[in-house]
Amino acid sequence: MELKSLSLVNFRSHRDAAYNFTEDVAVFTGPNGAGKTNVLDAIHYLSFCKGFLNPTDSQNIHLGEPFFLIEGKFKLNEKNEQISCGLKRGQTKIFKRNSKEYAKLSEHIGLFPLVLIAPTDIVLISGGSEERRKFTDTVISQFDRNYLEHLIRYNKIVQQRNAFLRQGQNDRSMLEVLNMQLCRYAPEIYEARKSFLNRIAPLFSKYYQILSSHNEEVSLVYDSGLNEYPMEDLLERSVERDRVMQYTTEGIHKDDLEIRVNGFPLRRYASQGQQKSILIALKLAQFDVMAELKGIKPLLLLDDIFEKLDQDRITALMTLVSQQHFGQIFITDSHPERVTDILGSIDCPYDRFSIELLQQTSQD
Amino acid sequence: MQPLPSKLLEDAVNEMSSLPGIGKKTALRLVLHLLKRDTAAIDQFSGAFVKLKRDIRNCNICHNLCDEETCTICSDRNRDRSLLCVVEDVRDVMALENTGQYRGIYHVLGGIISPLEGTGPSDLNIESLLLRVQTGEPKEVIMALSATMEGDTTNFYLFRKLKDFNIKLSTLARGVSVGDELEYADEVTLGRSILNRTPFENNLNR
Ligand SMILES: [Zn+2]
Repeated sequence: MELKSLSLVNFRSHRDAAYNFTEDVAVFTGPNGAGKTNVLDAIHYLSFCKGFLNPTDSQNIHLGEPFFLIEGKFKLNEKNEQISCGLKRGQTKIFKRNSKEYAKLSEHIGLFPLVLIAPTDIVLISGGSEERRKFTDTVISQFDRNYLEHLIRYNKIVQQRNAFLRQGQNDRSMLEVLNMQLCRYAPEIYEARKSFLNRIAPLFSKYYQILSSHNEEVSLVYDSGLNEYPMEDLLERSVERDRVMQYTTEGIHKDDLEIRVNGFPLRRYASQGQQKSILIALKLAQFDVMAELKGIKPLLLLDDIFEKLDQDRITALMTLVSQQHFGQIFITDSHPERVTDILGSIDCPYDRFSIELLQQTSQD
Repeated sequence: MQPLPSKLLEDAVNEMSSLPGIGKKTALRLVLHLLKRDTAAIDQFSGAFVKLKRDIRNCNICHNLCDEETCTICSDRNRDRSLLCVVEDVRDVMALENTGQYRGIYHVLGGIISPLEGTGPSDLNIESLLLRVQTGEPKEVIMALSATMEGDTTNFYLFRKLKDFNIKLSTLARGVSVGDELEYADEVTLGRSILNRTPFENNLNR
């Protein structure tokens, strides 16, 4: 898949901008606040029907303007595709593929896959298990529609069960019914996560090796109560604890994707450079899994990820992602020459767009 | 909305708009319409609600709404007493009656199990259902609850309570998709699904 051109009208800091992409690598440079990241946000809109910077659509309209419009021309499976997203203040957003409006946005999500690595993604490494579960769930749902459906049901029953436990009633039948419903969905979710882990784990280790200058080995381990016991047994064993704690303490809603370094769990105080390399390796592994399962190379967006990485690691990363394997990539960097110098030194052709500060108030 | 010229008018509008789906504007239109009627008509109008609330009863057998001790369905000697259909509320009885396909009797639970909304099994007419089944008169219990997660929970709960009795347990054959409330299913689909009901055990094997 290729994004051939992008045009923005009144989108965040951009009043009227157009970009043509001729090379596989596009670099956006410029000072902070000029709106480099907003360009990536617009590309994200075309893929996920929403941005990654501000969840409130209307706040992405340039201050004082009545609407925004994002248009992208793609080439997908040898066919030209035009995707547009428009929003007028006070109305719902209009999302079109080849001038035809979608009835439901969910029909579009997953058709034009994209992998983004942004500074805020570091919570995936440094944050709690819910961040990594969300990552796992989001990726799996993009190629397995049943997965999301089962997950929503499972979570609903967990909420019902927690409410029941809080009410402190001693109704054995009721608890067994809720357990039975949890056991209906848990195994399928567990199996889907396990098979995803089996796919992504070796890729993750491989990419970390390439990016890291140290001789350390990282691995991903699927940590789930279901590794040891079937869901029925887990619930049976934890019934007393659940009553005391007044919530469901065991089950796939407690799963984690554990990151290990040389066999030991990653320490919270791992260096920022190390955390960042781990994040990038994880996202590149995600790229490979999606490319394989969807048969389409996702767009790869690297937003301002070079801080805390030394020159060697950046070079290793650029050499890696500029290979044909990764398709089309979009990079932002606040340093005017850093990335372009490296790309030049490895003979990688690129488009460069310099985004300067506007006089108007910026929304970056 | 503009402030109203009368406190009495305002009170009436507020009462009217307390109904679901009625906004302030519609409420005002309805209230002004009522005001045009003569006093006797208004007394009749408001009296109907007062009497309704004061005199309406729940059938002492199936908990359907009725004017007497026992509802017209339970009193009908021609209904098949060996068939007992469990539903969530009175609207479901009406929906199933509209199909013209069902000749058995009913049991109205008065809700659906949802701990999140504070409704547990003891808040529903489940004890009286068990007593009815214990008499041995019903030979088959049809669980006709909505195909939502809460409907599922309630089905499984009833299954647990009823499975040791010597009766057949069945559910509606689903022509309606998951999440559809029974009330909204069309008559033909609903009629067909109660005729082609399936043994509940089929649901246990996912
Ligand atoms: Zn009755």
